[in-house]
Amino acid sequence: MSGNGTGIGASVKRKEDARFLTGRGRYTDDINLPGQLYGYILRSGMAHARIGAVHTDAAKAAPGVHAVFTGKDMEGVGGIPTGWEITNKDGSKMAEPAHPALATDKVRYVGDCVAIVVAETAEQAKSAANLIDVEREELPAVASIEAAEADGAPLVFDEAPGNVCYDWEVGDRAATDAAFDAADHVVSIDVVNNRLIPNAIEPRAAIANYDPATGEYTLYTTSQNPHLVRLLLGAFVLQLPEHKLRIVAPDVGGGFGSKIPHYAEEAILTWTAGQLGRPVKWTCERLDAFKSDTHGRDHISTAKLALDADGHFLGLHVSTKANLGAYLSTFATCVPTYLYGILFAGPYTTPAVYCEVKSFFTNTVPVDALRGAGRPEATYLLERLVDKAAVQLGMDRVEIRRKNFIREFPYQTPVALQYDQGDYDATLDLALKAADWAGFEGRRAEAAARGKCRGIGISTFIEACGIAPSAVVGSLGARAGLYESGSVRVHPTGSVSVFTGTHSHGQGHETTFAQIVSDMLGVDFDAVDVVHGDSAKIPFGMGTYGSRSLAVGGTAIYLAVEKVIEKGKKIAAHLLEASAEDIEFENGSFTVAGTDRSKTLGEVALTAYVPHNYPEGLEPGLEETAFYDPLNFTFPAGTHIAEVEVDPETGEVELVAVTGADDVGRIINPMIVDGQLHGGLAHGIGQALLEECRYQEDGQLETGSYMNYTMPRAADLPSFNINHNTTLCTHNPLGAKGVGEVGSIGVPPAVINAVIDALRPLGVDDMSMPATSQRVWQAIQQANG
Amino acid sequence: MPTVTMTVNGMERSGTVEGRTLLVDFLREHLGLTGTHVGCDTSQCGACVVHVNGTSVKSCTSLAVQADGADVTTIEGLANGADLHPMQEAFREHHGLQCGFCTPGMVMSAVDLANQDSDPSEHDVREWLEGNLCRCTGYHNIVKAVQAGARAMGGGS
Repeated sequence: MSGNGTGIGASVKRKEDARFLTGRGRYTDDINLPGQLYGYILRSGMAHARIGAVHTDAAKAAPGVHAVFTGKDMEGVGGIPTGWEITNKDGSKMAEPAHPALATDKVRYVGDCVAIVVAETAEQAKSAANLIDVEREELPAVASIEAAEADGAPLVFDEAPGNVCYDWEVGDRAATDAAFDAADHVVSIDVVNNRLIPNAIEPRAAIANYDPATGEYTLYTTSQNPHLVRLLLGAFVLQLPEHKLRIVAPDVGGGFGSKIPHYAEEAILTWTAGQLGRPVKWTCERLDAFKSDTHGRDHISTAKLALDADGHFLGLHVSTKANLGAYLSTFATCVPTYLYGILFAGPYTTPAVYCEVKSFFTNTVPVDALRGAGRPEATYLLERLVDKAAVQLGMDRVEIRRKNFIREFPYQTPVALQYDQGDYDATLDLALKAADWAGFEGRRAEAAARGKCRGIGISTFIEACGIAPSAVVGSLGARAGLYESGSVRVHPTGSVSVFTGTHSHGQGHETTFAQIVSDMLGVDFDAVDVVHGDSAKIPFGMGTYGSRSLAVGGTAIYLAVEKVIEKGKKIAAHLLEASAEDIEFENGSFTVAGTDRSKTLGEVALTAYVPHNYPEGLEPGLEETAFYDPLNFTFPAGTHIAEVEVDPETGEVELVAVTGADDVGRIINPMIVDGQLHGGLAHGIGQALLEECRYQEDGQLETGSYMNYTMPRAADLPSFNINHNTTLCTHNPLGAKGVGEVGSIGVPPAVINAVIDALRPLGVDDMSMPATSQRVWQAIQQANG
Repeated sequence: MPTVTMTVNGMERSGTVEGRTLLVDFLREHLGLTGTHVGCDTSQCGACVVHVNGTSVKSCTSLAVQADGADVTTIEGLANGADLHPMQEAFREHHGLQCGFCTPGMVMSAVDLANQDSDPSEHDVREWLEGNLCRCTGYHNIVKAVQAGARAMGGGS
C-alpha cells in the first residue's frame, strides 16, 4: 500500500460530491419513465380492524384513474417474508404469521396498506383514494408492550397467543444464578429503550416497470440492499425468476436501517406494473413515512449485576421485552436477539452472562434495524448499570470500568462472541484526556456559581459489526448468507471499474473503495470508478448495514484486486520472458525481481484484451470477482464522554461537550470516518435528549410529524471532539472494523449518565430517554418531595 | 389554468400550472430541475430551499403562481460553469454532505446567510440552520462548511 495522496489513509475529497452539490444526484423520485402512471397507497387509519368489502367503484370512475387494487386482487401473491427465524427457549420456532402486501381480512396498524389507486397524476390518485369505502369493524388494539402482555389482551394474530412472537435466551442461566449466589453486591436497574422513527431525509419511493416484450420487471427503489429486495420480492412474493427481475437503487438519501427491509409497497408497485403493462411511480409523503417506515428500538428491560467486594463483575442477568410491531419486517426478529443479547459482555470480563428476550406483536408500525440495531439497546442498559454499580459500591466510575476490562485477546465471551483484538485502556485514556475529565470538578463548581448543575458521563463499549459469518448466522436462524461480492474490471487502457454488492446511502463508497483499488493497483484515483446499486450490473450482494461495507465489501474488493494482480503477473511474465514467481507488483508496475525490466498495468491490461502475444492456456481479459465470507464479526470499541449543564429551574439540558475516542480498525479516509462518527453521535444524542415515538392506547401515532417528533437540529448539538486509537481487525486483510453505527451505540448512556451526574446533588438518581426539559423538571420536583 | 413566467437560473421559463401547483413541483416536474428535493410536506426539513429574488424560500410551501415574474435560483444555477460556487466548494472541502439529499437546501440556505454575514459565528450558523434538517452529518461539518463558504464569498455571491 503506497499511502500516496489519494491512497489508503488520505482524506480524499469525495467523488460523489460533484453531482450532489450541483443538483445532479439521481434519487429514485428524480426518475421518470415514459408513459408512467402514479400510484397512491391507501393506508389504514385504524390500528386494528376487521375488513369487509372494499368498495372501489367510485374511485375507479374518478378522473384519470386507471385502476384500483385491493388485498382481494392480490390474493395468490405471496406474503412479505422475514429473514431470520428465532428458536424459543423450549426448542420450538417463533410465531410467524403471514404479512399480505395489501391487507386482506384485517388491518393491524395505522399505516397498513389497504389499496393502491393508479392514475394519470399523483394528485388524481390521491384524490380518488378518498372515494374508496372500506367496510370495517374496529377491534381493540394493543399499542405497547404492556398492553400486549396484559391478561386477556386483544390478539394481533390469533396464531400468536399472548401476542408473543418468541421467548429466547442466550448464555448459561445456571452459571449466572450461581454467580449471584456468590456475590457480595447485587445492583439492579430497570430501563426503557425509547422507540425511534428513523427519518432519513429522502422519503421512500419506487417506480416499477414491466416490459411485455421480454417479460422483464424493473423496480427502482430506495433500498440499502437491492439484491436482497430482488431475492425476497422475486423468490417469495411475486415468484419471479431473478433473471427477469432487475432492482435498481440509485442514489439513496439516507437509510439508517429503514431502507433495509423489503417493503410491501415494492411488491404492490411491481405487481401493479405487471397488471397494467405501464410504469407505476410512488413517492411516500413524509406524514405517511412516519407511519410506514420501520421504527427502531422499543425495549423494556430489567437487569442485575453481581459483583465481588472489590467491584469485579461476577455475573449479569438481563430480561428484556421487545416490541416488534404488527408484522415481522426483514431483520426484525434478529435485532433484539442476535444483535442484542450477545453484546452483554461489553468490554468486560464478566464470566457469567444470561439474557432472555420476549418479543411481542403490537398494533404499531413494524420495528426493524435502526442505526446500531440491538447494540445501542445493549450498550445503554449495560453502561447505565455499570454507572449505578459504581455509585452503589462507592467506587469511581472510571475505575470500576478499568477494573473489569478485557485485556487478553482473543477473548471468548460467555455469550457466543469471540473478540479478536482491542485496547480498551487506550481509548479510555485518550477520551479522559481529550475531555479533561480530571478538570471536571472545577467546571462543575464554576457552573454551580452560575446556578447550573453540571454533570459528566462516560460510556465504554464494544460493538459487533462486519455482519456476518454466513455459517454462524445460518446456525442461528438467518435465512441468507451475509458475505459480500466485489468485482474489479481493468479496462484495456488501464482504467478500472469496481463493482460492489454493498450500497452507499451517504457513506462515500465511491471514494473509499476507489482509494483502496487505486492504492493497490497503483492507478490514478480518477481512473477508478465504483458501480453499485443495480442488480443487473453487480454479480450479487447483501447491501449496506451493520457497519459491514468496508470490512466485508471492502475485503471482497481487496481479494478481487489480488486476483487481478496474480493474473497480471502471468501476463507480465510472458511479456518479460520470466517466470511468474519472479514478478513483483508495485506502484502499478510488474517487474522482474532484481531487474529494471517491467511492464505497466496498462500494458498488461492491453495485452489481456489484445492477446496476440499471450500465455498459452490463459483466458484473455482482466476482470476478477471475489466473494468474501467473513470469518468473524468485527469489534469496534471506544469511550464516549458527554458533559451537560442542567438548568434546575426549567429542567433544560444543554449538551456542552461530547468527546469520543474510537477504535474502528483501519481508517481508509479519515474525513469520511469522522463524518460517520459525527452522524452517529447526533443520532445517539437525539435518542438521549430529543426523540421519542409515542402511540396512544388506541394505536394512533401521536408523534406523526416533524411538529411533534423532535429531530436534532443544528442548534441542539455541539461540535464533536473526535479521537482515534486504532487496533487492526485480525481476520480481514484490510484490518477494518466499521464505523457507521459507533456514535449511536456509544453515546446515549454517556449523555444520560451525565444528566444523572448533574442531578444527583438534587437527589435525582434515575433518568429515562429522552431527557426532555419536562421529564428532567419533573424528576427534580419529585426528588424535592 | 394559469400560465407562469419566471427567470430560473438566468433563463426565462414559462409553464401552465394549476393554481395549487407548488413551486417545487413546477421546478421538478415541469422544468426537470430535480436538484431541489422534497423531504417533507410540512415546511420543516428545508431540502426544498431555493432563492426567490435573492432570498431563501421553501419551495414546498410556495405556489408556482407566487413566483410569477420572479428571479429564481436553484442549486443547478449556483455554479459558474464547471467552477463550483464558493459555498459548494466549502461543502466539498469540509465534507459537509453525506447522502446529499438535504444538501441543495442546505447550500441555498447557507448562501443566503453568507450574503448577509461574511463571517458568521458557529452559534449564528447553527441558529440560522434551524429550518434545515440533516440526518447524516450531525451538522458538525456543515457548520464548518458554511463558515468557510461565507468567508470565501466575502459578503456576496
